[in-house]
Amino acid sequence: MEEEFYHSVHLDSSLCMGCINCIKRCPTQAIRVHNGKAVIKKEFCIDCGECIRICPHHAKKATYDSLDVLQNYEYTVALPAPSLYAQFNNVDDVDIILKALVKMGFDDVFEVSSAAEIVSEYSRKYLEENACGRPFISTACPTVVRLIRVRFPSLIPHLLPFNAPVDIVASIAVQRAMKKTGLPREKIGIIFISPCPAKVTACKVPLGMEKSEVDAVVAIKDVYPRLLSHMSHDDYDNVSYSSSGRIGVGWGNSGGEAGGLLTDSYLAADGIENVIRVLEDLEDQKFTDLDFIELDACSGGCVGGVMTVENPYVAQAKLKRLCKYLPVAKTHVPITGELFRKITFEKPIEYRPVFKLGKTFSESFDKMAMVEDLIDKLPGLDCGSCGAPTCKALAEDIVRGEATLRDCAVLLRQYLSNVPESELGDNVEEERQ
Amino acid sequence: MTDVIKLTYKVDGEDFTRAGEASSDLKGKLKKMNVPPDAIRKVAIAMYEGEINMVIHAHGGEITVEISKDCITMVLADRGPGIKNVELAMQAGYSTAPDNIRTLGFGAGMGLPNMKKYTDEMKIDTELGVGTTVTMRVNIA
Repeated sequence: MEEEFYHSVHLDSSLCMGCINCIKRCPTQAIRVHNGKAVIKKEFCIDCGECIRICPHHAKKATYDSLDVLQNYEYTVALPAPSLYAQFNNVDDVDIILKALVKMGFDDVFEVSSAAEIVSEYSRKYLEENACGRPFISTACPTVVRLIRVRFPSLIPHLLPFNAPVDIVASIAVQRAMKKTGLPREKIGIIFISPCPAKVTACKVPLGMEKSEVDAVVAIKDVYPRLLSHMSHDDYDNVSYSSSGRIGVGWGNSGGEAGGLLTDSYLAADGIENVIRVLEDLEDQKFTDLDFIELDACSGGCVGGVMTVENPYVAQAKLKRLCKYLPVAKTHVPITGELFRKITFEKPIEYRPVFKLGKTFSESFDKMAMVEDLIDKLPGLDCGSCGAPTCKALAEDIVRGEATLRDCAVLLRQYLSNVPESELGDNVEEERQ
Repeated sequence: MTDVIKLTYKVDGEDFTRAGEASSDLKGKLKKMNVPPDAIRKVAIAMYEGEINMVIHAHGGEITVEISKDCITMVLADRGPGIKNVELAMQAGYSTAPDNIRTLGFGAGMGLPNMKKYTDEMKIDTELGVGTTVTMRVNIA
């Protein structure tokens, strides 16, 4: 059993310079700089990848499997995310990419977008049948689900109770591979080609299900160069691995999932800051007359993931172009009891109040009172020199026992300027100059 | 030890984009204090409605929040025109908002009714030409 707060996003401390870029960018204030190195508070981290984007020293990294993982299995199935297709120029046939996956070493390919179409179909039905509890919030982006779980408890009941397409396609792919090859489960490798670290985390430590059938997660940016050399327009055989249409492939772009619901009553927000604003407003019931809320932590949607290659907006345009050549949908799976179990959450998402200051309300109350007092003492410059992103965050760290007022560089300087020169060492005059 | 945590927020009456800032800040604090999610939800909705009211009708004002170990009390004070008929203003759907406000999607006449609905106690003190003070209390179960 993996630990609950496992994260794909991590720090390579040998590269970390201890600058404050990441602490300022992190949307959940999960990073501090202590003793010249960044530290990620794992309870606060939601694997959004913002620190990977911003770090000028490339010290923030995503953990994922190398392509060598294919050697561990007798039979491998590639599960390409639709965002993979958006990396290439002039592709008007998905099969060019899917066949290249087989040429580079996979035994079979099963498009994640085919399960996306199943989720779209289920979501349409779910929206029809459930008049209460609107608007429903998409659960496809694992960063968004993790953010809601730790910060927006009142929105948990609005979550669409469906597993992510990759987990659904993985369990279908396992059955298909076992039937086809007769191999035992452990000899089959179900390998997801992912745009982002959040999906790595979600496959290892899923939230709505006990265990994902995905065995390994590789990065689009690793697959991309290998795939390029195998892609060709000149294959005239009749083999096709394509199993989804515009609805499924469209999920790679922001607004794609909502588009598959065939309703106008939706909003689609992308980029983590925008996502947070929408969630704040939803919590205040600023808008209650929408049916569906699609939220993607990355700008542009999954095409904007940190493990992709192409600029997200260029990728969006490429995906749209590709969709033009596809039928509306290809996946028509009969809704059986077994499939329904794979699609719907096995266990509910539970609120995890990680930002609380104390164990009980009473303890947290006292600590918040201390935070308010401390904020008055701190300069309010949010300079980050102490290693916390804001003065408020430092005040909270102090009451949590993780920092002291002496960490504040501004207060220290004020203190030093009041000390008579005779009491400071010999070289102070020099330093002051 | 402190028995009451007191917070004050200025509400700028001319700036719609800033309405919700006080609600957002308060929400964040309550979440860090292990206040039950249901109470936070009520406070957030009531406070946001109140803030919007202060912007639409009263050119802003000041919000004082007192958090004790039993309840959260929000006092929204403005020096606006006052409410002519409180009973009527409390009716769902009744609105005096001008058309330009309505076209912005506000002024549905649900402000005060929602504030009452989501709080355990609400009191309105108003005087025409002087201002309105709305006091709301949400119990921490």
